[in-house]
Amino acid sequence: MKFKGYRRTDGSIGIRNHILVIPTVSCVNRVALDIATKTGAVTFMHPYGCTFDAVENTTTEDTFIGHGCHPNVGAVLVLSLGCETASAVRITDAIKATGKPVEMLVVQKQGGARATRDTGIETVERLRQQTPSEPQDDGDVSELIIALECGSSDAFSGLTANPAVGEAADVLVGAGGTVVLSEITEMVGAERVLWRRGKNDQIKQDLMKLIKEYEIELSMTTQDDSGVFISPGNIEGGLTTIEEKSLGCIYKAGTQPIVQIVKYGERPTEKGVVIMDTPGFDIASVTGKVAGGAHMVLFTTGKGTPTGSCIAPVLKISSNNETYRAMEDDIDLSAGDVLEGTKSLKQVGDEIVELVMQVANGKQGKSEYFNIQEFAIPNVSVVRKEVIHQKLAEQNDFRFQPS
Amino acid sequence: MKKTAIQIKEIDHVATATAELLPSETVLVTGIGNGMPLQVEERIPRGHKIALRDIAANEQICKYGEVIGVALAAIKAGHWVHVHNCRGAKGRRFDANPNENGGGYDEV
Repeated sequence: MKFKGYRRTDGSIGIRNHILVIPTVSCVNRVALDIATKTGAVTFMHPYGCTFDAVENTTTEDTFIGHGCHPNVGAVLVLSLGCETASAVRITDAIKATGKPVEMLVVQKQGGARATRDTGIETVERLRQQTPSEPQDDGDVSELIIALECGSSDAFSGLTANPAVGEAADVLVGAGGTVVLSEITEMVGAERVLWRRGKNDQIKQDLMKLIKEYEIELSMTTQDDSGVFISPGNIEGGLTTIEEKSLGCIYKAGTQPIVQIVKYGERPTEKGVVIMDTPGFDIASVTGKVAGGAHMVLFTTGKGTPTGSCIAPVLKISSNNETYRAMEDDIDLSAGDVLEGTKSLKQVGDEIVELVMQVANGKQGKSEYFNIQEFAIPNVSVVRKEVIHQKLAEQNDFRFQPS
Repeated sequence: MKKTAIQIKEIDHVATATAELLPSETVLVTGIGNGMPLQVEERIPRGHKIALRDIAANEQICKYGEVIGVALAAIKAGHWVHVHNCRGAKGRRFDANPNENGGGYDEV
């Protein structure tokens, strides 16, 4: 399966050719927004970039770098305030190393917001001239990274949309491609299935350890140890336990072996089914996978959501036809016919593969109508509680033991 | 059109209702259930689970061929399975069984 894309100097191939404006700290969000609005460049609004937690600061920088280095991005304008902890120089240099055009502007040195906007508009126009105007390069599906995501799930997500995406994942992986499953919180309860899927013992062990860490985190979130980790909307929709939710979620990744586990925002080096360590918050999860090079996202939803990414198409697949009809502006495809018995999972899976190839060839996903989109980074400093982890593990060792 | 509930795997104790089910109705269990008729014993909202057979108290409840929780009381076939009678074992600080597979569940 082939498509026309944009071959980058680092060898990767993009399916879009965005000029990305990265505000390295929230203080310059408005300047980035102003430049993007006036030039058609893409950007994202965020509350990050100044923190005294070293790990969080690195994660922030790396997520910006991942977006800048992304194959869907042709050129980058790094927009800095000048005094933030996130290093605009490190970010600029890392993106420059891929060989793509990148420039940096510092608002405190440019004469303020409006002067920087004016210079920024000129800079974006100059950058645009350095990128190809048409997709002219041959790409193969085996070069694509497809992220898998779900949000606003209902009881039918695990019966229609998720297994249909799983059918598509099997086709894409069978053709040499890569799919990335994340949200480790939504693997709690599905250990046995995932254990069987691990390509080797190391991956099996690493994945079980990772899921256990998230399970311990989960266990600390309830004051009364109620064991309820699904939303009121999930329960109202018919989901009863986190186990049930997780088992439905992991269908998205199909049936092929898990070949690699990557950190938040890290780009996979193996092809096949990859797991990324992200929390269950869909926007942070999508942001991590896009930072890790995902060309597009297959996003299943029960109740519907408009969320997107400024550099990667986020394609919505609804679990039922009612939601599709209610939010046709935002949902690209419905798996609802499976519920009504008029289509098989395989048929909808094939439709999803066809959509993936069309979007790789330039067809606009429904979220792509706007150039400024959602962005979130997990608060890693809150996630890190090793001492408590250790204590809990000692007094209550519920580690996964394979049979 | 007859109302349906989807059963995924042979060993599953529950099927998911694709429409609201009412007492005394008969639902057709589709999917692996092959259209088997089942008597509905109480109101079950759309998207919720109906017990396919009698489940004993403390028995593990399966969906997708895997354990989704444990029955808090005996549940008769045709009844609603949800948070009032099915409890997850995952992510509990103090009562998970450390020695069993899958973090508190027996192999199914």
